Amino acid sequence: MAKPSRDLHKSTGTNGNRKLALITSKGSLDMAYPPLILANAARMSGIDVEMFFTFWGLDIITKKKMKSLNVATVGNPNMHPSFHIPSLMGILPGMSAAASWMMRGEIKKLGFPRVPEFMEQLVDAGANVYGCKMSMDMMKLTADDLIDGATVLGAMEFMDLTEGAQVIFV
Amino acid sequence: MTKDILDTIDFDDEGFMVNASDWNKEIGEAIAEALDVKLSERHWHVIDFARADFEESGEPPTLRRITKQTGVDMKEIYQLFPDGPAKIAANIAGLKKPTGCI
Repeated sequence: MAKPSRDLHKSTGTNGNRKLALITSKGSLDMAYPPLILANAARMSGIDVEMFFTFWGLDIITKKKMKSLNVATVGNPNMHPSFHIPSLMGILPGMSAAASWMMRGEIKKLGFPRVPEFMEQLVDAGANVYGCKMSMDMMKLTADDLIDGATVLGAMEFMDLTEGAQVIFV
Repeated sequence: MTKDILDTIDFDDEGFMVNASDWNKEIGEAIAEALDVKLSERHWHVIDFARADFEESGEPPTLRRITKQTGVDMKEIYQLFPDGPAKIAANIAGLKKPTGCI
């Protein structure tokens, strides 16, 4: 039993300066949600959040791509039995789209927003969002291609920003 | 003075009220004071919603539910409760710790 006090929340509080660094390197639908959910959970707990999107992860914050992230049906060893599609079937046209549609439905049932709305929510919640400069150069993307609130950043600058942070790489 | 009210209430190890039915506004104000939250009309709007929603569902509302139902958007609610909106709102509202991860 403990009387309410800020200290009880502070171990995870903003003023406790706990900070989470999330590096997101995958842009498929199934790999996009874990970092977004973790970032959101951290903000809800009052933890500061720095999100670095690199390589395929950039799709999650690229306006043109973020609405249509897909699940791979071929070469994806993580297909849960309920989503399972035999590899030979997986190569058929439309299979990936069908699996993605199914997964979006399941995500919606759980009350989670779709990726564009989720990203907007995270920016509004105060998570800092960065696109990896090198990956953007490689993919011919500019700051205008990214969602509002995202900043272009080099990996070394990200290191400076995340000194002392706990790191999660997805 | 207000702290004295809190001595009459059962809290769990994380400072959340054990019996939501023991709550009243005066207790809510005392908890807010203990958490360094200066309550405004907007805070109360969220807290009242959390109470009402809990009455119906038996669970403290998730953050997403609060922002969808109250008209307090994500930016504002983090300004109101910077230490963690759903958690702090539930604490002041005398509810248990929310477990929803959205």
